[in-house]
Amino acid sequence: MKRNALAFWGACVLFLAAILVSTELVANEYWFFAGYVILQFIVLSVAWTILGGYAGYVNFGTSAFFGVGVYTAVFLVSTFGAPLPLQIAVAAVVGAILGFAVGLLTLRMQGIFFSIATIALTIIIETTVTNWRELGGAAGIQIQRPPVSPPFHSYVQMLVFVQALLVVLSVAIARYIQNSWIGRGLQALRDDELAAECTGVPTLRLKLTACVISGALMCAAGAPAAMYLQYADPGSAFNLNYSVSVLAMALIGGTAHWIGPVIGAILLGVTQQLLAVTISSEVNVLVLGIMLVLFVIGAPEGIIGLFRNRRGAEGKT
Amino acid sequence: MTSSETTEAALLRIGGLTKRFGGFTALDNVSVDIRPGERFGLIGPNGSGKTTLINCISGAFRTEPSTVVFNGEDITRMPPHVRTRRGIARSFQIPRPFRSMTVIENLMVAADFTGGHLSLTADDHRDQAMAILQQMGLANKANARVTGLSQVELRKMELARAMATRPKLLISDEAMAGLSGSEVDEVLDLLLKLAGESITIIMIEHIMQAVMRFSQRIMCLDAGKIIAIGQPSEVMGNARVQEAYLGT
Repeated sequence: MKRNALAFWGACVLFLAAILVSTELVANEYWFFAGYVILQFIVLSVAWTILGGYAGYVNFGTSAFFGVGVYTAVFLVSTFGAPLPLQIAVAAVVGAILGFAVGLLTLRMQGIFFSIATIALTIIIETTVTNWRELGGAAGIQIQRPPVSPPFHSYVQMLVFVQALLVVLSVAIARYIQNSWIGRGLQALRDDELAAECTGVPTLRLKLTACVISGALMCAAGAPAAMYLQYADPGSAFNLNYSVSVLAMALIGGTAHWIGPVIGAILLGVTQQLLAVTISSEVNVLVLGIMLVLFVIGAPEGIIGLFRNRRGAEGKT
Repeated sequence: MTSSETTEAALLRIGGLTKRFGGFTALDNVSVDIRPGERFGLIGPNGSGKTTLINCISGAFRTEPSTVVFNGEDITRMPPHVRTRRGIARSFQIPRPFRSMTVIENLMVAADFTGGHLSLTADDHRDQAMAILQQMGLANKANARVTGLSQVELRKMELARAMATRPKLLISDEAMAGLSGSEVDEVLDLLLKLAGESITIIMIEHIMQAVMRFSQRIMCLDAGKIIAIGQPSEVMGNARVQEAYLGT
């Protein structure tokens, strides 16, 4: 157990160091633009997995949480000129509160009803923001980046590093949950909620906890996007594509282990970026759909499920 | 048996419990006291309300205040997991294991959430779970997936998981249904062994020899009403019980 932890934190430090070094070595800004998007998807899909994978509550509201994160940052910048760390911290708090409220309202529903409720949430929040004139309304709002602080050469490089920190944070949280009694409780209620209750698992409280953590991370991941794009409008901040992509990444990677959504987000994120520069940004939605169908049929437990099955088969022979 | 005596001694007191689903009355004014350490058999034809009664005790169904009192405490407003922590454990008529886990992990959920997960380490919980599996004769299956278990092993696993919550009252809901003769004896011996450890047990069962051998007292439900309660031989000799079962 201890060696595992050492390896994990060692890998995290190496990952962050690699990002820092790359800001010195890589001159082409495009790599940072693309890398940022992939890192952002890793945070979102790991956050999604905490509720959607561990607890089995399929959340279609990723774009709602992401968009609220974006607009929390927009609000803080346009009203107070708040610095980036504060934007992210406040977005996380808002996300936690939103997660708690949504959880209280919807987590008594199960299966498809919960999923539908989360889609409704996205639409309600998007409509609210669209009609909120101070936040730019339907036309959107532009914001100015402050000057970049060293050692970074550009603001996007700094955002990439910040998003990498969020990746480490979200993965560490997901890993902790998975290996602790919280994870076991979530897994139990995913398998059978009544049996879990009758075994002493406080199902509603655990689901709420998962929803709060997941919501906080999603909003935190959305906050830097305001500065990344220097512009926000409800149509793109609350785009349902975030919900669908993140769900696909988590399911394709596999939701039983925290590494699943990381693998899924890298795989699909890179594919999307490649398609966007080679063919068109619209094709990637099509490819996403096809990959999801293929994986649901061929590998319902995702990529990590494939590896586990293979290892299981080898172990038997 | 005066009522004041039973009130003091009762571990579980069901008082005037009525449960309706729409216009259908599943339980009609059921009252019974169950004493600590008692082996209590619950019988009745299909649809007579046995499982509904269990659901009302374990908290899956809500009931009117003070209709279910456990250990002197009104538990009607408590969700199932709090009742489990107070000491009520159950198995299910159709086994409901945690399918994505191994046998021992199933038990560790119980140990985690009822045994003070902050004070004990995961290793302690594993040891506790292993001890229960040994008692249940499932130790060699500890690391097997539950999907690979046979029916009798699944039944035993459910009882083991219930035991891992360290209950005062164990409710076994048809733990022997669908088992062969020797398997029935196996599960029955297990339940008798548990009862010997001063755990109060309510056993719902259709297999009459098992109920007769196990129970100190039997209650028979029919259409949500108690039609007989008392010594096994008395209940079996009761004309209304015979009528409910045999339709004569």
